[in-house]
Amino acid sequence: MALLEIKNLHASVAGREILRGIDLVMEAGEVHAIMGPNGSGKSTLAQVLAGRDTYEVTEGEILYDGKNLLELDPEERAREGVFMAFQYPVEIPGISNSYFLRAALNAVRKHRGLEELDAMDFLALAREKLKLLDMDPTFLNRAVNVGFSGGEKKRNEILQMAVLEPRLAILDETDSGLDIDALKIVANGVNAMRAPERAILVVTHYQRLLNYIVPDRVHVLAGGRIVRSGDARLAEELELSGYASLEAEVAA
Amino acid sequence: MKQLEEIRSEAARSFAERGFPTPRQEEWRFTNVAPLAKLNFAPAEEAARGLDEELRAELARLGWGGLRLVFVDGRFAPELSTAKWPRGVTAGPLSGANGTAARHLARYAPYQEHAFVAWNTASFRDGAFVEVAAGTVLEEPVELVYLSTRAGVPVVSHPRSLVVAGRASQLTLIEVYAGRGTDYLSNAVTEIVAAEGAVVDHYKLELEDTGAFHVGTVQVQAARDVNLSTCAISLGGKLVRNEVNSVLQQGASATLNGLYVVSGTQHIDNRTVVDHAEPNGTSFELYKGILDDRASGVFNGKIVVRQPAQKTDAKQTNKNLLLSKEAVINTKPELRIFADDVRCTHGATIGQIDREAIFYLTSRGIGERQARELLTLAFARDILDRVRLEPLRAWLDARLWEKFHDRAG
Ligand SMILES: Nc1ncnc2c1ncn2[C@@H]1O[C@H](COP(=O)(O)OP(=O)(O)O)[C@@H](O)[C@H]1O
Ligand SMILES: [Mg+2]
Repeated sequence: MALLEIKNLHASVAGREILRGIDLVMEAGEVHAIMGPNGSGKSTLAQVLAGRDTYEVTEGEILYDGKNLLELDPEERAREGVFMAFQYPVEIPGISNSYFLRAALNAVRKHRGLEELDAMDFLALAREKLKLLDMDPTFLNRAVNVGFSGGEKKRNEILQMAVLEPRLAILDETDSGLDIDALKIVANGVNAMRAPERAILVVTHYQRLLNYIVPDRVHVLAGGRIVRSGDARLAEELELSGYASLEAEVAA
Repeated sequence: MKQLEEIRSEAARSFAERGFPTPRQEEWRFTNVAPLAKLNFAPAEEAARGLDEELRAELARLGWGGLRLVFVDGRFAPELSTAKWPRGVTAGPLSGANGTAARHLARYAPYQEHAFVAWNTASFRDGAFVEVAAGTVLEEPVELVYLSTRAGVPVVSHPRSLVVAGRASQLTLIEVYAGRGTDYLSNAVTEIVAAEGAVVDHYKLELEDTGAFHVGTVQVQAARDVNLSTCAISLGGKLVRNEVNSVLQQGASATLNGLYVVSGTQHIDNRTVVDHAEPNGTSFELYKGILDDRASGVFNGKIVVRQPAQKTDAKQTNKNLLLSKEAVINTKPELRIFADDVRCTHGATIGQIDREAIFYLTSRGIGERQARELLTLAFARDILDRVRLEPLRAWLDARLWEKFHDRAG
């Protein structure tokens, strides 16, 4: 059974249809990339998967591990192992990163029937993950994303993924705005998470990231539909031809 | 110098003439004390019942490793109070106080203009007196605890405190107001006189029963180079008015913090006046409110910069978090600036819990209810962070967490 199966998904925001019939199947162990021009609906898809209620699903279904994902609240999805790295991570003054991460991890662990971690055990675990991402331990004491640079915010998303160990990770433009060094760190973090039981969906606008995270499949999203799918070579092809030709194709 | 008795009879006359304020008076526009004015209050001490189990337990929870004076229904409770005070500190009930007390008592709080201050000044039976000698640095906090016990009829007590911080002394002061029962009124007046260079860290915790009335004025006279910080935390009471007035002399700095957390049909009114009387003073003010259900709140922050008070730097901020559609807040700055070379800013915000933030937290597995609790507490975080006394900060943190935990349920 596929880990994720999206069938004919339609979604609207404020009465306007953004996703117009998406079909996508991901097996555990796979890494897929979704590419597409700005405004094509990449973030909409990512947010719908995470359970954002601003987007209304008007048609189609999403099966996660064979279960109807759309029936679950965002927190239930997260506890079941769905993780979405935000394109624009939210700043939360007054809550420290470590408190937030531990609360999240414990919610997930509790759901999985595992013992909750106390502050000490959590710190040990978090330190290890920080090292993996070349992040300073002081990150933990800072308020969630407050005063973080763009790159720090993206790394913080990857840190959360590393701590929560999801089964399905969706990374929404986690590469955007990163310099090459930060990009490599993020890519390393993602590659370290590749595992037979886990699927990773990398949403990106640029082919650059895919030099470091080589996907099993590449899908091109345009006008709310997947217009092409292929292997890693499709990304390179796109890099050469650009999205313009695709958009012309969609319009035609 | 006027005798205290003279002041008190003037105050009695002032109260008799002016009666209770009405919403027609600008300063009371959003707080109608009619529900209180129509009650016939008996003096609390005559109806006193002594501490019940519940209050005893509460009293045990209040306490941050300090020295304390406890009053029950306006009466001094020596058995609950510190007997032996450290060197450099004189403290005890006003009824047994010294000449310093007589020199300062009732000289600052505005009994001529303020009905409740007048009422207190005319009526208080006893109160707390604390004097810290010049140069004395008092490490332990001093707690002034005013408890009201359950009475069958409406009762009023008039807590009265006088605190004198000598030249270059240092003091942490915590006023606590707590009680059990409905329709009691705690009408408090506190005068703090800080001499040159004194450092005063003041907290007022209003933890009255949600059936109670609380009206209080804290009047601070800050001499040259005083470093004053006050923090007014209001959690209880059905109708509460809190005033913190400070007069700053040359080079004095004041930090005024406040946090009010109300729900049900509670009404809380915070009024502050910072009077920059002389040059080079600074005031930094941050009041935050969290209002749920049909609770209502008022914030009125007045900054006066008198003509000689050049180079004053004053900043005032009021931020409110409304947790329900029915909750109401009226916020109003009031600036009276007579000097020209000053910096004076103010701002107020009213908002709801950020939906984006809720989604962010829930998308990581945190339940929606817990997410709301966390974000509510997070809103109060910067006030908590400013509480310098660590055990008090921890206590407040826990108390608020409990409160939001209950509310969100
Ligand atoms: N919350 C929203 N409200 C209104 N329009 C939205 C909202 N989110 C996305 N859209 C619109 O949906 C379209 C797709 O956006 P998005 O999914 O963010 O695209 P991408 O991530 O591919 O750049 C855009 O036209 C965008 O303006
Ligand atoms: Mg996007």
